[in-house]
Order: sequence, then C-alpha cells, then structure tokens
Amino acid sequence: MPGRLNWSVPLMLLPAVAFFVVFALGPMIAAVYISFLDWNGISTPHWVGLGNWTKAFSDSVTLHSIFLTVQVMVLSWIVQTPISLLLGVFLAGKQRYRAFLGVFYFLPLLFSAVAIGLIWASSMLSANGALNSFLKAIGASSLTNDWLGNPSIAFYAVIAVIAWQFIPFHTLLYQAGTRQIPQVLYEAARIDGAGTLQQFFYITLPQLKYTVVTSTILMFTGSLTYFDVIYVMTGGGPGYATRTLPLQMYITAFQDAQIGYGSAIAVILAVVGVLLSLIMIWLTGFGRMESQAEGL
Amino acid sequence: MAVEQGMRTREAAKPARVRRLLPNPIPLLLGLVWFVIAFYPVYYMFITSLRTQAGFLSGSLWLPPSNPTAENYLSVIGNGIGLYFLNSAFVTVISVALIVAVSLLAAYAIARIRSRVVQITFRVLLLGLAIPLQAAIIPIYVLIVHIGLYDTLYGLIPPQVAFGIPLTVLILVNFIRDIPNELYDSMVLDGSGHFRILRSLVFPLSRPALITVVIYNALQVWNNFLFPLILTQSSNIQTLPLALQQFQGQYGVNVPGLMAAVFLSVLPIIVLYVIARRQLLGGLTAGFGK
Repeated sequence: MPGRLNWSVPLMLLPAVAFFVVFALGPMIAAVYISFLDWNGISTPHWVGLGNWTKAFSDSVTLHSIFLTVQVMVLSWIVQTPISLLLGVFLAGKQRYRAFLGVFYFLPLLFSAVAIGLIWASSMLSANGALNSFLKAIGASSLTNDWLGNPSIAFYAVIAVIAWQFIPFHTLLYQAGTRQIPQVLYEAARIDGAGTLQQFFYITLPQLKYTVVTSTILMFTGSLTYFDVIYVMTGGGPGYATRTLPLQMYITAFQDAQIGYGSAIAVILAVVGVLLSLIMIWLTGFGRMESQAEGL
Repeated sequence: MAVEQGMRTREAAKPARVRRLLPNPIPLLLGLVWFVIAFYPVYYMFITSLRTQAGFLSGSLWLPPSNPTAENYLSVIGNGIGLYFLNSAFVTVISVALIVAVSLLAAYAIARIRSRVVQITFRVLLLGLAIPLQAAIIPIYVLIVHIGLYDTLYGLIPPQVAFGIPLTVLILVNFIRDIPNELYDSMVLDGSGHFRILRSLVFPLSRPALITVVIYNALQVWNNFLFPLILTQSSNIQTLPLALQQFQGQYGVNVPGLMAAVFLSVLPIIVLYVIARRQLLGGLTAGFGK
C-alpha cells in the first residue's frame, strides 16, 4: 500500500540510484582519490599524497588558468546580465513584434556548442570572416584583427561568443520572471504617476531579485565548465591565452597523460561548483520544496 | 492565444489617446540591434553554405548567392554525415528512454513514500545537480575503459544517463507531488499496487512534465561533446558534434562545406523548434524557470 515501505520501493529506486552512483557520484569521489596518485593511465599508479595539490597551486600554467576562469566568470556576468535582463523585460511585453523578434533571439539555444564554435571561428572571426569584411566595407580597415589568433584579443573574443551562446538562456529566465510580476503593481505605480523608467527601477528590478540570483549562480557555475566552445575555437591558445581550468584539466589529463594531476584540477572545479550551488540553494530557498512535501 | 485575445480586447477598450499606435521607438531600435546580433551569424552560416568554395570570399555580407549551389551539402552527405546522424540518434534515443524510465520510477517512490531512507536517497540524487560533468570525466574514462566499453556507442550511454537523472527526478518529483491525494486514495481502495498506479494514474497525468524532461535530456545528449571526445576514438562511431569538430580539420579552408555540415547538424532541432517552440523553450529552462 502506498505510503508504506514494502518490497517494491527499493526496486523502484534501484535503477536510478545505481546509474547515478556508479557513473556520477562514484567517479566524483574517485577523482579525489586519483588526485593523490602519480599516474599516466597505463603504468602502476604511485601514491604521492598532496604532491599534485602543491603542484596545482604552484604551477604557473594552472594558476594562470584559475585566474582566467575567474575572469570568465566576472566578465561573463558583466556582459550577459544587463543584456539578458533588458531582453527578458523587452520580450515580456505583449507587443506582437516582440514575440516575433523573440523567435530569432532564441535561435542560438538550438545549436550545439561545437556548431557555435565553428560558426564563429571559421566564418565570423577568421581573418577573411564576416566581421573583418564588414569593418573593411564601412571603411574601418584599421580595426580589423586576427580575432582568435591575437593573444591579447582572443580571450575577449571567446567571452563575446560565450555571451552570444548563453544570453538567450538567461533572457528566457528573465522573461519568465518578468511575466510573473503582478500587474497590479504597475497599475498602482501608473496611478501614482510613475514613468516607464521609474516602473523599471522601482518595480521590475526589485521583483526580479530571485531571478537575478538564479541567473547569476547559473552563469558562475556555467563559467566554470565552459569547455566545448573554447576547445573548438582556440584549443586554449594562442599560447595560454584562453586556457581556462576545464581546458587545463583536459590537456593535463588526456593530452599530457597526467591523470593524477588532472584529477586535482577536476576536484578544484567540483569544489567551487558545489560551493556555488550551495550558495544558490541557500539564497533562493530551494529547500522550501522539501517542506511542501511534509503534507503528504 | 486566449491571452493574446484578452489582451487585444482590453487594449481596444482603452481610450484612443492612451493607445499607442506605434511601438515605443527606443525599445524597438534596441530590439532590432539584438535581432541582427543574434540572427546574423546563423544567417551568414546558411548563405555561406550555399556558396562555392571559390566564390565565398568575394560573396556579399548580406545577400544569398545569386546562383546557390547544393554541392557542399552533397559533399558533406557523401562524406558520411548520415552515419553520424544515426550514431547521435542511437545514443540519444536509448539514453533519453533510460533516463526517463528510471527517473519516473524513482520520482514516484520519492513523491509517494514517506520514509527516511527514500528521502535521504532523494538528497543524494540532488547532489548530482552540483557535480560538473568535467569534474568526474577522468574516473568515468578509467571506468569505461575498465568495463570494456571504450570506443563504443554503448559506452556513451551510462554516463549520459547518470548525469541526466538528478534534474529529471527533481522535475518529476515536484510534478507527481501535485497530483491530488484523493486520486491515489481511490486507486488504493480499488486494490491497485504501485505499478498499476504508476501506469494508469501517474504516467498519463504527468505528461507535460515528461515532455519537458524528454526535450531537455534529448538536447543535452544530442549536443554533448565531452563524452564522445573522451570516450571514443574511431571515426565510424563519432556522434555529430565530434564529427563536426573533426570536419574542421578535414575541411580546413573549405568554409562553405563546414557550414553545410553545421546546418545539417542543427536542422532536426530547427524543425522541432518550428513545430513545438513553446515546449522546446520550456524544456530548455527545465527546473530553473520557476
């Protein structure tokens, strides 16, 4: 009878738990263990204790990639948040032309990260790509650049492409958030004589507080794991210019065959990811879902 | 539809002087700027794919070629993109079926059974929401090699399933909890067991949530790059994203050919977008767009 533990309950939970423990949680824990080993994946592993960890925090390449990853987080937030918020509010409006434009705004969401990387790397930002042709066409030839080959520009080009990829997702969040704001608030404000800008700053923005938190944390955790686009566009180069932590983890573990050291970098990624997620749960009260379940 | 109509009648009821005949120019202008930024790369990709390799450098930035060619598409198809489609479809269909089946069973148990063990299990599954895929990939690689699934399509499925489960269970649990208790009670009175209740009550009633999780997971698996990159090696078992990335090396300067491959890879999703835009966008923000 439902509500009581009987023989079929373990049977129902078992498949999901088995997959999850064997292929997600177990590997995550194993990564911690492997991070204490010196191992190339083939020969016998050696226990090196904290060796990989002291290396991770003294190796200039890894430190540089940590620094780049933090920069990706901060810059992505600065670029993506205002644009997504404005677009979300824009699309929440009921004018028909906005719904029409929205259909096109969300197109980037359909593409795999690899497809996006290829479109930008080989047709938009390449030496003879659309951006340089456009700059020449408007007489700004001096502004043309080797966007992904110039070490001082490539990082910002990557940030821009990542923004293009993810702004539509955050726009969706802000659109949904804005639509949930009670209309009476606006009606009251209009009666009080508030203009469009005042309504935005005194009603829309404060009401979107939780959406901002959710979107921010998703951007931060996302920034930790941006891999595909960067791998496809620059492979972490030129030099180390775009080698963020996930790239550094991949190159260390799978190209340089330092499985143990790569695992230490992977664990750093996971710890930061989990911390950010916990902050999200704490700030948005994800836990409330639990308490609702008590009434069964 | 109904909402829009209600909107229009309300709009019409307003006095004429309040009604805006033209859209506010500033949002309209900024909206158009973003339209160009979001859409232009997609458009340029498409018109480039219709150009000949010799002609694409001198082609217009805005206009499609006057004599479009299908040669790039034929070349990409001749290069076996069909096989990569099949590989991707195989991995996607099996992974999504498994994710949804095991998650639905688990979500039912979690939503309906008040037991400490079950609720602790739920917490453990939710931990998975915080684990970045990249962080577990090294041991997954070791494990897949160890159990002999390295360089097979089957090797891609278990990790995809494992990482799809947490969010899928969360969404389904929240949905199943909203099914009124009276419905369960009446089925229990009829003497139905858990599996009967699942089949004839929970499954039909949670269809909207099931559609959401199917779309969400299908896109995740279809577009996944990291698992095939690390868990496969042979060219005949590549999935589409990996094959695309390999095309980049193979096609080199043949940008029109590469863009044709990119367009073909996204075509199924564009078709889905045209048919079911609302469900697709809902599936994409699954779990976050409260």
